[in-house]
Amino acid sequence: MDGATTLQVENVSKIYHERSTSIPVLDSISFDLRAGTWTTLLGPSGCGKTTLLKILAGLEAPDSGRVIVEGSDSSRLGATAYLPQHDTLLPWRTALGNAILASEIGGKSIDDTKKEALELLDHFGLSGFESLYPSQLSGGMRQRLALIRTFLTHRSILLLDEPLGALDPLTRATVQKWLLGVWSELKKTVLLVTHDAEEALLLSDRILVLTERPARLQLDQAVNLERPRDRGSSDLAAHKSQLLSLLLKEGAAV
Amino acid sequence: MKDKWVRILAPLLLLLLLLGAWEISVHWFDVKPFILPAPSQVLITFIDNFPMLTWHGAVTFLEILLGLLLGGLGGILLAIIVFYSPVLDKALYPLIIGSQMIPVFAIAPILIVWMGFGLWPKVTVAALISFFPLVVNVSDGLREPTEEAVDLFRSMGATRRQIFWKLRLPASLPALFSGLKVSATLAVVGATIGEWVGSHQGLGYLMLQANARLRMSLVFAAIVMLAILGLFLFGAIRIIERRVVHWRSAKADARGG
Repeated sequence: MDGATTLQVENVSKIYHERSTSIPVLDSISFDLRAGTWTTLLGPSGCGKTTLLKILAGLEAPDSGRVIVEGSDSSRLGATAYLPQHDTLLPWRTALGNAILASEIGGKSIDDTKKEALELLDHFGLSGFESLYPSQLSGGMRQRLALIRTFLTHRSILLLDEPLGALDPLTRATVQKWLLGVWSELKKTVLLVTHDAEEALLLSDRILVLTERPARLQLDQAVNLERPRDRGSSDLAAHKSQLLSLLLKEGAAV
Repeated sequence: MKDKWVRILAPLLLLLLLLGAWEISVHWFDVKPFILPAPSQVLITFIDNFPMLTWHGAVTFLEILLGLLLGGLGGILLAIIVFYSPVLDKALYPLIIGSQMIPVFAIAPILIVWMGFGLWPKVTVAALISFFPLVVNVSDGLREPTEEAVDLFRSMGATRRQIFWKLRLPASLPALFSGLKVSATLAVVGATIGEWVGSHQGLGYLMLQANARLRMSLVFAAIVMLAILGLFLFGAIRIIERRVVHWRSAKADARGG
């Protein structure tokens, strides 16, 4: 693993209170992320992965423990780039308008970002689509656009919540490949949430496996497979069955 | 292209058919013109009295427009206030709904007493009747963005103000325009009621006067003028809607093409 620690999670716990019952969601989770690496959070559906990601993005506060982003543990809103589960593109904005949203909110120079956005759109196969509305784009294009919007937040840590979950297998494979290409070029730190073991093995340097609710860290494993990885390789298949058995032991549907 | 012609011609043809049946029945059954005039007679009256109808129509249209403007703005503001203040939401919403159970007809005479015979009581009636659809539609529209979309904005460090202007308000525009179209038709009703209760100009006044003198063809001519004004207003709102809610028409183009 290369790079310095850029995000530290220390004993983060979260309990949801619903009427008279309280539901523990996260149970003292700790891990570090190193700059420029790709880490994947894997776990059964509904185990609290999204909650953890929201806490890291600063959208929710942990009940105990703390999160330190780039050395600071004050408000994390605006400190990371967060991509929710659905692409949440704004239907009234063109592709370009959606791409530059973060700069507009941050009050940065829109012209510069526009130039940069056009380059990114061009570079990532969306040239000529900049003035189309999201409803006119295909699922794969929308997802790529949402990811470009995430890159253009100019944050070094990307928190991605199952960004490829809604895509069909073929589009998904294409966007995975594309995403890897972008990542190796832009040198970002990625924390990806997924419940797809194969996706985790294809993309990441390191896999964190969570248990069922309340989620605890069950496994922290480096993935030492040569890149680019082939989903058909026997090494990957062996890793995958190992991961699957771990997840299945938790009684989860994968 | 073909679809467009069918859309224009079909209702026109049906209208002509109905008018034809009306015309023939009036002659066939020898209905007295002060009971029911033939469409041809209404048309002649409309043309003969066109300057007068236009003058009264202009008065009524001004009342409708001002009423819709005030009622619309009031409705939108109320929706925003109610959206951002849960306390006011609980306090105001039952009252707003309750107020809709009071017929405008009951309020109009009171307004005449308070405000006289001029323009403002009619504007007020039109405003009172047209604000409600906007309150309902805009407060629904402001709730349109998903929690995820709000989270996205917050994660980018957006302020509450930015979330309103860049997320909630644009998201509410389609609903706002749906409400506005309903409000426009209601404002026409409101202004007419206001004129019936007490006025010395406007199409409602003209209808009442003509009715009392059994000049039924002039009553109908005034109704035609009122319908034209209403359709004009509705059409104008649709044109603005297409401009403002432009992404919706982009979607329709994508589907059609």
